Amino acid sequence: MYLLQFDWWFLLEKFILIAVIVTTALVVAMYSTYAERKIAAVLQDRRGPNRAGPFGILQPMADGLKLFFKEEIIPMASSKSLFILGPMLAMITALMTSAVIPWGGTIHIFGRDVSLQIADINIGVLYVFGVVSLGVYSIMIGGWASNNKFSLLAAIRGASQMISYELAMGMSLIAVLMIVGSLRLSAIVDHQIANGWNILYQPLGFLIFFICALAECNRTPFDLAEAENELNFGYHQEYSSMKLGFFLFAEYINMFISSVVMATLFFGGYDIPFVNEAAWGNHWWVGLISFSVLMLKACLFIFLFMWIRWTLPRFRYDQLMNLGWKGLIPMALVNMIITAVVLLALNK
Amino acid sequence: MTIWEKMYLPAIAKGMGITFSHMFKKKPTINYPEVTRPFSAVFRGVHILNRDEEGRERCTACGLCAVACPAEAITMEAAERQKGEEGLYREEKYAAKYEINMLRCIFCGLCEEACPKDAIYLSQTFAPANYARKGFIYGKDDLLIPNPKTEPEAYAKAKGTIGKEIK
Repeated sequence: MYLLQFDWWFLLEKFILIAVIVTTALVVAMYSTYAERKIAAVLQDRRGPNRAGPFGILQPMADGLKLFFKEEIIPMASSKSLFILGPMLAMITALMTSAVIPWGGTIHIFGRDVSLQIADINIGVLYVFGVVSLGVYSIMIGGWASNNKFSLLAAIRGASQMISYELAMGMSLIAVLMIVGSLRLSAIVDHQIANGWNILYQPLGFLIFFICALAECNRTPFDLAEAENELNFGYHQEYSSMKLGFFLFAEYINMFISSVVMATLFFGGYDIPFVNEAAWGNHWWVGLISFSVLMLKACLFIFLFMWIRWTLPRFRYDQLMNLGWKGLIPMALVNMIITAVVLLALNK
Repeated sequence: MTIWEKMYLPAIAKGMGITFSHMFKKKPTINYPEVTRPFSAVFRGVHILNRDEEGRERCTACGLCAVACPAEAITMEAAERQKGEEGLYREEKYAAKYEINMLRCIFCGLCEEACPKDAIYLSQTFAPANYARKGFIYGKDDLLIPNPKTEPEAYAKAKGTIGKEIK
């Protein structure tokens, strides 16, 4: 409807929103690399980066600068266009998911009601899963285009890991969708604001979702792609400079986005517990607060991701597959059935 | 394994608790070079050619250090003190050239023990870094301690923490 009327203000509003969200995602991802190193250091009684700027906070800039100035190497035997497409695809798919996430409620600004969501589509959850599964292509293309046997093996390994855990992830979510009765992400948040967070009803579902999110982001204990010493690195073995940077950066963006998705699906999104946000009205500062709350929740998840990374050892490949297919998928199915029975008993 | 153990989750939670508790522990890391670690009194670092309290070089180029050196790292050339140089050198003979090849030196301290004039000793500084191999051949410029009369601060710094007890 909006587009038919060709509402320029609507376009402008969305452009600004996209710019803000993409910038936020990039900055968060950038500083995740710093946080990762700092958290690793404190968990291991070290100091971490402390040279670039006060407390080393300029470290991400220094790293970025270094990546830009490193030599670009494209192997002779690689298929050049695909080789370049791989990291691009990784970044694109990582950022695309942010389009359907409700980053806050609707705010009233400059005489217009602005929804802090780029696209409030009916099939939000399906869109997220669709885009996330496109990430497999970046891994496969990256591994294939390198024309290196080890890269290809690693790509196959990574792709099968992602596909296996995506199944369990989707199944764990079905129970949530049964409770909410909508695939629209804003509806899921609204339902949680009205009825309490989904984590209260779906703790097992959340646990499964969380473990799958770890695997999807290639984080420890599922980081076979990063196993440099043991498995000859991963699908990005032949990549250098900023192209490798893109792959690694995309993983951090993925981590941020999946943290936000988890906060949205299970922890009430931008909802502050025991606070009736609706009573505050729709001022611009309410939007800012709700956005910050969502960010805070996401940051807590990011911390959890990192805490796990510096605690748990890496899975062996067969253990990884066993956990996915024999552990998580049956558990998700049982969770689904129990939820269905309870919902039936409650006659909802 | 019992079913509780097979679930792994309690063990994982325990492990996570252990790493989390490390966040609040004191870090043993020393922020080098802002903070340097105190060495023990017997630590053997980079050599220093000593001066006496009036700032005169103690070395008389007798060559005993070079003879004592098991790595044959020390070479020197002697020269005679001229008139008017009494303020520079303590005795009639002095080392015109004194070189230690730090790539060969094993910091055993035998030169220090061999020296009858208390002219060479091993200091508490230890970070010889260089870009080229020839940079590791330390001449008199690198080894000679600053003059205590004209540069007392640099002299004290070069003396370092020698003799101080470890905390």
